[in-house]
Amino acid sequence: MKALRDYVKSLFLLELMKGLGLTGRYLFKKKFTVQYPEEKAPISSRFRGVHALRRYPNGEERCIACKLCEATCPALAITIEAEPRDDGSRRTTRYDIDLFKCIFCGYCQEACPVDAIVETRIYEYSFENRQEAVLTKEKLLAIGDKCEAQLAADISAQADYR
Amino acid sequence: MDSLISLWEWLGENLIIIQILIKIVLIVAPLMLCVAYFTYAERKIIGYMQVRIGPNRVGPKGWLQPIADAVKLMFKEIVIPSGANKTLFLIAPMLTLGPALAAWAVIPFSDGLVLADINAALLYVIALTSVGVYGVLIAGWASNSKYAFLGAMRSAAQIVSYEIAMGFALVGVLVAAGSLNLGDIVRAQQGQAGFLDWFWLPLMPLFLIYFISGVAETNRAPFDVAEGESEIVAGFHVEYSGMPFAVFFLGEYANMILISALTALFFLGGWLSPFHGFPVIGPALEWVPGMVWFFLKVMFVGFFYLWLRATFPRYRYDQIMRLGWKVFIPITIVWIAVVGLAVVLEMPWWFD
Repeated sequence: MKALRDYVKSLFLLELMKGLGLTGRYLFKKKFTVQYPEEKAPISSRFRGVHALRRYPNGEERCIACKLCEATCPALAITIEAEPRDDGSRRTTRYDIDLFKCIFCGYCQEACPVDAIVETRIYEYSFENRQEAVLTKEKLLAIGDKCEAQLAADISAQADYR
Repeated sequence: MDSLISLWEWLGENLIIIQILIKIVLIVAPLMLCVAYFTYAERKIIGYMQVRIGPNRVGPKGWLQPIADAVKLMFKEIVIPSGANKTLFLIAPMLTLGPALAAWAVIPFSDGLVLADINAALLYVIALTSVGVYGVLIAGWASNSKYAFLGAMRSAAQIVSYEIAMGFALVGVLVAAGSLNLGDIVRAQQGQAGFLDWFWLPLMPLFLIYFISGVAETNRAPFDVAEGESEIVAGFHVEYSGMPFAVFFLGEYANMILISALTALFFLGGWLSPFHGFPVIGPALEWVPGMVWFFLKVMFVGFFYLWLRATFPRYRYDQIMRLGWKVFIPITIVWIAVVGLAVVLEMPWWFD
């Protein structure tokens, strides 16, 4: 009996009609597409975009060259060299992040004891040659200066969960 | 205006070849435009069915997308693979597109509006649509590539198998209409009950089989094993690029429109109004020219092509063969007998 029923079902294309009905209904559904350059999808405060080095409000750079980020980086993307500055404080002389190696895991941000290295919300960037893919200390600080307001807001929004 | 008409008549008497060429251009140019916009319609409709919106960047609402595609393909390099048979390699796409265009010579767009009103039109159409398989076969062989060859083999076997079911379905139409002339076939569907008089109702199984075989014949989803991406990349046209590829593409879509047009002629009453003879709505739509009805019907059937592609997964190869040989051919034979009996006994309402 079941075989007969299946036979009739397939002969009269019943299941196929059902499938057509489904796609036919989807034809009139609301579309999800986000028109990218004009519209953008919302971004979480935990978003991990390109990196930045932050400063204290008095302009002093936060990074103390503890090299925890360098140690924790699973992709070995961070290179740090440090020397005591003239005033005796320990600061980096070189802080490079190779964006080709970086996997944007956010461990450097987690490891940093002074919230110096952070990941911003910037995800639209490009390089025209290989040298540009290495973010030097100056570039990182410049990004940090530019995004400081947003970064501070994001970090305080996440403070309760750390 | 009068001078134009007299010039036209003078052409008909003295330079008939010029007159025919003008007619051919009048058919082919809009057809090519239809083909271009059919690709756009496909991308849009399938996009909508997948809850996205399809191309919308080139021109307003993406209306210039097919033109951008055509221009891009025209300026691309034509790569001829080493070891390929150059002549056959370049002839193959033309062999696919040519028959798809040539078949339009006998298609009546409206009552009497046909390039060649020949009595063997149905045979001519069957003959030309089966020439298309040579394009696929030659393309596969001339490319000197195993993927292309495998694709061509699959496609040839499939097209040849489904041609039989298609031919049998047309025998049913032939028996019901009593003529091979496409115009006469449409006229045989005329009646006072509008779309209920058309052949799709008494020949329902043949209608479905003809359309499904047509989908298989044009190598469209869900019968597109000839270009199964997961197995043989793009099938018979993997090695093609630039304009030869574009010609293959045009051929595929021209074939789809052709099959849609033939389905409309054989089963959906061609240029006839679907509401002819109905009270109120029938006379109200009497002013619509037959060509518009024909165009709407072709679009309706063409839409089904896209709908099927958006809905069904690809058939397995042995299932395709089973469907063609063990399901379609027996059903068509049975239904030809039924139609024959109905015609002999002059059964109401279609055959009296």
